[in-house]
Amino acid sequence: MPRIFAYIVHKSGVADDSAAELIAAARAIDPTSAPTAILTGWGPDFDLACKSVSSSFASTWQISNQALAYPNAELVRQALVRVLPSDSIVLISHDHFGIDLAPGLSIKLNAAYASDVLAIDGVEGNTLKLVRQEFGGQVSAHVRCDISSGAVINVRPGAFKTGPLVVTSGVITDKSSEVGALTARRRYVETIIAEAGDVDITRHSLLVSIGRGIQEKDNIALAEELAEVLGAAVSCSRPVVDVKWMEKSRQVGSSGKTVKPKVYMACGISGAFQHLAGIKGSPFLVAINKNPKAPIFQVADVGIVDDLLEFLPELTNKAREFRGVAAK
Amino acid sequence: MEILVCARRVPDTSENEIELNSAGNDIERDELVYSVNEADNYAVEEALQIRDRVGGNVTVVTVDSEDGEEILRRQLAMGANQAALVSDEAFNGSDGKGIATILKAFVEKGHYDLILTGVQADDGAAQVGGMLAAMLDYPFASLVNSIVIEDRKLKVSREIEGGNREVNEIDLPCVLSIQTGINEPRYVGMRGIRQVASVPIPTLAAGDLGVTQASVGEVAAKVKRVDYFVPASSKGAEILHGSREENAARILELVAAKGGLN
Repeated sequence: MPRIFAYIVHKSGVADDSAAELIAAARAIDPTSAPTAILTGWGPDFDLACKSVSSSFASTWQISNQALAYPNAELVRQALVRVLPSDSIVLISHDHFGIDLAPGLSIKLNAAYASDVLAIDGVEGNTLKLVRQEFGGQVSAHVRCDISSGAVINVRPGAFKTGPLVVTSGVITDKSSEVGALTARRRYVETIIAEAGDVDITRHSLLVSIGRGIQEKDNIALAEELAEVLGAAVSCSRPVVDVKWMEKSRQVGSSGKTVKPKVYMACGISGAFQHLAGIKGSPFLVAINKNPKAPIFQVADVGIVDDLLEFLPELTNKAREFRGVAAK
Repeated sequence: MEILVCARRVPDTSENEIELNSAGNDIERDELVYSVNEADNYAVEEALQIRDRVGGNVTVVTVDSEDGEEILRRQLAMGANQAALVSDEAFNGSDGKGIATILKAFVEKGHYDLILTGVQADDGAAQVGGMLAAMLDYPFASLVNSIVIEDRKLKVSREIEGGNREVNEIDLPCVLSIQTGINEPRYVGMRGIRQVASVPIPTLAAGDLGVTQASVGEVAAKVKRVDYFVPASSKGAEILHGSREENAARILELVAAKGGLN
């Protein structure tokens, strides 16, 4: 069995939640595995992060280098290539950093690459058996990955259920001296924080959220009318922002806002995981979609298979009756 | 600036419900509507806008069967200067690394300052751009949602969590994977496509690119899809089967009961 490493993302001295998910993924590869955590960074906060990680990993490799103070994927890749043993399995969280790092890392390690993995069904010989999703989650696929010369496996955030972390007194190994000088042709400049926007969708108990199914910009008025009657806010999924029909500040999802309403009405939203990742606190989820196979129906509490553009006005009429508001 | 865009033809998920075929080993491909992958279309538009600002040429390449010509025509109609179809039966069954190997060989036949891909295809893995960059030993940035040209380098922003943007400087030549929403792709009608109907599109095979058969296709693929399936639903939504009016009334009761009107 090849050695398994988990690349741990950290911030302000704290390891990302994905650390525990990567342990779960390592156990799905090999129930007896004790994966080695590997962290890159610089400074006192970084030392803290390594210490905290070493309470849940038996072995932690620490790579301190001033050039790694900000996680630049090009530099992190150079560092990892210099310390990782050949034929290793490297687990990485499939977030914006993992997407930046992993494909190129797999090339430089001459390892196989499997992206956005949802489940792992163990190993048979040199074959790792994986599950991925395609077409926005409409279908899943069984995938076989040849790990004979190692593998980089990107794990979908939230897909692996974490068990109680076994607290060990883990050993930290300083690998910094094996890395040497790092040079990048891509340099971090700054982070621009998202603008607040006119409506704060994170503060509403009811969101009427629209997706591609709204079809045309003018149809957004149907959702706005309903929201007004119910005292809700209108939020949306990525495609609506991509075509510039709504502001980025209204977008729910991993690249948008994280919301915690009591009720979430997904209107014409297919239910891609990046969108669902922005819905927290287990709200009551209503799905309205004309496609009965839309993945949103898998996660919703109640669903209506109907044409949004017909159903929303009906819902608004009923809402006016319900709230005792006279129709305009 | 010489810009290459790597684009792909994919089943259009906004036009199709993706279903399994009766054998369960693939999706039902009869009558599927194909179009250019959405993120790739944004990448083409971005390339055209950069060329129009600073001059140069935009080339679009796709690895596909002869059917790939359809999306190349579309991108010529959008304004690309030239297009190339890279096609060979030996490429069938390639994994992401195989596709990147083919594209690397194509890149090395020309001189490009900037190579763009879409960040991800609907049935893809967000991998080819990063692999291609590593093979060429060019710098790379993923999830790019703005590009500013500055002499022999670019200032690009990447989409990170919470709608925030990470700004980087990156040296040319480089590879960028383009996120949807970076621009507003121009519309191309049938008339525009007819106007470029006679523009020649060269087809290059493995031999033309010096790609060895052992480095691509199913023989080289370390990652292989075995079959498709629809996971057994754990619970799923309770689907309301009433009339439209009844359903609306029921939804409002539930919204109120669950605290949505507080």
